[in-house]
Amino acid sequence: MKASANEKAVIEARKITKRFPGVFALNQVDLRVYAGKVNAVVGENGAGKSTLMNILSGVYTEYEGELLLDGKKVEFKNTAEARQVGISIIHQELQLVPHMSIAENIYLGQEPLNRAGFIDYKKMEENARALLSELEFETNVRQKIASLRIGQQQIVEIAKALSFDVRVLIMDEPTSALSESETNTLFKLIESLKRDGVAIVYITHKMNELTQLADYVTVLRDGRSVRESAVKNISVNDVVKLMVGRDIKDFFVKQPHERGDVRLKVENMSLKKSRKSEKYLLRDISFDVHASEALGIYGLMGAGRTELFETIFGLHTTLASGTVCIDGKSVNINSPDDAINAGIALIPEDRKHDGLVLNMAISQNISLVSMEKILKIGMLNETLEQNQAEKYREKLNIKSYSSSQPVMKLSGGNQQKVVVSKWLATDPKILFLDEPTRGIDVNAKNEIYKIIDDLAAQGIAIVVVSSELPEIMAISDRIITMCAGKLTGEFFRREFSEEKILHAALPK
Amino acid sequence: MKKRKIDFSNLQPLIALIIMAVAMTILSENFATRDNLFNVARQISVNVCISVGMTMVILTGGIDLSVGSILAFTGAIAAGLFKNGIEMQGINLFAGTTLFGAIWIALAAGAFLGWFNGFMITKFKVPPFVATLAMLTIARGLTMLYTKGFPITQLGDQFTYIGTGWFLGMPMPVWISIIVISLAAFFMNKTRTGRYIYAIGGNERAALLSGVNVNKVLVVVYMIAGALAGVAGLLVTARLDSAQPNAGLGYELDSIAAVVIGGTSLSGGKGSIIGTVIGAGIIGVLNNGLVLLNVSPFWQQVIKGLVILLAIIIDKIQKEK
Repeated sequence: MKASANEKAVIEARKITKRFPGVFALNQVDLRVYAGKVNAVVGENGAGKSTLMNILSGVYTEYEGELLLDGKKVEFKNTAEARQVGISIIHQELQLVPHMSIAENIYLGQEPLNRAGFIDYKKMEENARALLSELEFETNVRQKIASLRIGQQQIVEIAKALSFDVRVLIMDEPTSALSESETNTLFKLIESLKRDGVAIVYITHKMNELTQLADYVTVLRDGRSVRESAVKNISVNDVVKLMVGRDIKDFFVKQPHERGDVRLKVENMSLKKSRKSEKYLLRDISFDVHASEALGIYGLMGAGRTELFETIFGLHTTLASGTVCIDGKSVNINSPDDAINAGIALIPEDRKHDGLVLNMAISQNISLVSMEKILKIGMLNETLEQNQAEKYREKLNIKSYSSSQPVMKLSGGNQQKVVVSKWLATDPKILFLDEPTRGIDVNAKNEIYKIIDDLAAQGIAIVVVSSELPEIMAISDRIITMCAGKLTGEFFRREFSEEKILHAALPK
Repeated sequence: MKKRKIDFSNLQPLIALIIMAVAMTILSENFATRDNLFNVARQISVNVCISVGMTMVILTGGIDLSVGSILAFTGAIAAGLFKNGIEMQGINLFAGTTLFGAIWIALAAGAFLGWFNGFMITKFKVPPFVATLAMLTIARGLTMLYTKGFPITQLGDQFTYIGTGWFLGMPMPVWISIIVISLAAFFMNKTRTGRYIYAIGGNERAALLSGVNVNKVLVVVYMIAGALAGVAGLLVTARLDSAQPNAGLGYELDSIAAVVIGGTSLSGGKGSIIGTVIGAGIIGVLNNGLVLLNVSPFWQQVIKGLVILLAIIIDKIQKEK
C-alpha cells in the first residue's frame, strides 16, 4: 500500500534528474517526505542519496524535475531560501566552527543584535541555553565546540537547525560517529521532534536503525528510486535486496589455503606517546604472520591498531623500539621507503587523507609507489603507466570511464580499489590493510574480501585491522586482539566466536 | 604513439594572450615589430626564469617570497667575482675567476639560499611564507654587505653578452629561458621527482605513505627556485652591465602573478610550467602594451592588479561549471 493514499507529503520531489559530467547522479527520482515521521533514505554509496539531499536543501540549484512544498512548486536559489521555508540539513561531517562557543555556533549568521547594532551576547546565550535544554542538553554555552564530544556536537547542530523554524530536518548518517549511548540520546531526540510534527529525512546504512526508528523508507539504487514503502510493510531483507539489486546469497566465503613459513615477525614493538612522556601507545607487541595467512587484528578505537601498522611501516622511528624480521632476516625500517623496499604495503584507514592524491589520475595514483616500473630509459613513460593502470582496472574491476580519470570522481569502493592497485603494483610480500572496507558499499566490500583472499592464496601475508567483528571473522585465519596498546588474545579460526574475541578486546 | 589530449586548463590563458597580442597589434603600430617583440621576449625571460622555479614551489603547496632578493644576491656575486675575483684580506688570498667560474659560484649561492629555505621549512616546520619572507630580508642584507651598497659596474663585453647578445638570430636571454623552460618541463613530466612534486602538492600525507621522501623533494624544489632566481640575476646584471643592490625588488610578486595567471593552483598539486610561461607572457605583453599606449606608470600598476584578479575570477567561474 502506498503511504500517499492517506497522507500528504510536506515536501515532494518529482522526477528529479541531476547530471554530472558523464554520469546520471539522479535519474527520475521520486521522494515523499511526511510530517511527524522519520522518512529513511537508503542505498549503496553512489546511489545518489547525498545528491538528492543537496537538491532538497538548496545546495544544488540546477536539476530537472520539480520540488513541491505543501503541493506547491518551489525552486530554491540557495540554502538560505530552503532554510527560510523550514528545510535544514545536518551533514555527515558536522559544519561547526571548532574554536567558537556553542552559542556562537548556533547563532552563526543570525546573531541577535542590541540597539547599538552590536552582538547581544546575553540574549544569544540565553536563547542558546533555552534551545539546548529543550534537547535535554544542559551545558555551559560558552564552551568551545572543540571541547565537546562528537555526539554533543551533533546536538549543537540540531539546536542550530531548530533555531530556525524547522519543518523538515535532513540528517545524513547521523550515527556514524556516535557511541551507543549517544545514539540512544539522538533517537529520543528524534522521537520528540516527530511529536512536534517535524518531518525527518534520515539517511542511513544501518539496517537496524531502519526498523528501530523509521516510518517510511525510500530505496535508491544507481540514481533511481526503486521503492517507497512504509517500514512495517517491508522486510529488511527485501530492502537490502532492493539496494544491491540482487540476492546476497553469494556472500563472501573464504577459500581454505595452506599457510606457509613465517613471513613477518615483530618482536617487542613499543611506541612512546612523545619523547618526554612515559606513556606508551604500544607496549611490547610481538606477533608473526605466515605466508598465505590472513591475520586479523581486532580492537576498539584507541587500542593502538593503526599505530602498530604505522610503527612497523617506519612512521614513528624516533619514538619506537622493537625488532622486525622478514623471511627470517632482521630488517631495519626507518621510513616508509624502507618498509616498501622490504616488501611491506600499507593500505591506510583514511583513503582520502592518507591513500590517494585526489586530483591525480587513476593511473598516476597507481604508479606512485612503484614508479621504477614505468620508467623507460630513466623517463616516465605514459604508455607503460596507462597499461599498468588498465591491467588493475580490469583485474579489480575499477569502475571508471578511463584510467586518466581523477580519483576524486570515483565512489568510495572504487577509490579503495585504486589504493589496493597502487600497492599491488609494488609486488608486496606483506600487505597491511587498515579498515579496508570503511564507508564502502556491500558489493564493493565483497569484492575487496575476494581480492584479499586471492592475494593470500598467492602467498602474500595479510594483516587486516577492522572494527567490524563479522568482517574480520570472515576474512581472517587467525585473530589477535589488542586493548590499550597491548596484545590481549589470540584465536585460531576454529576457536572464533564473537563473544570471546570481543571479550578479549574489552578493557579489563 | 597515442595522440595526447589537449589540456583545456592551459588553453584559456593562451587565448587571453593571443587576444591581447591581436588587440595590441591593432592599437599600436609599434607593437608587432621585430624589435619590439624581441624586446618583450627579453623582458619576459627574467620573469620566466624566476617563475619556473616558483611554479614548482607553488605546486608543492608552498610559496617563495625570497626570489627577488636572491636574484640581487647572485647577480652581485657573479659580477663581483668576475670583476674582482675572490679576495680574503685576512689570509692574503686572491684568486681570479673566469666568467664560467663566477656564474657557477653565483648559481650555487642561489641554490644554497634556496636550500636554506627548504631546510627551515622541512626541518623546523617553518611555514614557507615565513621562511622565505625571512630570506627576503636576509638575502637583501647579504647583497648590501657584499656590495657595500654600491652597484658593481663595467663588467665587460663577455659578461654583458649574456644579457644583450644575440645568438642565431635570437637574443641570448630568450635562448636561456627556452633552455630553462624545456629542462623544467622535462623534469616535471618525465622524472620521478617531478611527479612527486605534484603528488606532494596534491596530498602530502599520501605521498609520504607512498614512500616519497617528502622533505628531500621539498628541499630540492626550493634549491631549484633559488638557482633559477640566480639565472634571472645573471640576466638582469648582464643586461644592465651592472649588479644593483636593489635589483629584483618586488619581482616575487610578478612571478607569483605569472604562475597564478597561468592556471597553477595556490593550494598546490595542479598546474604546469607551460601555463606559467603563458602567464609571464600575458604580464609581459601587458607591461609593454601599456607603455606603448602611453598609459601612466601609476595606472599601469592598477591595471596589472586588476588583470590578476580577473584571471583568478575567470578561473574560479570555469571550475564551478
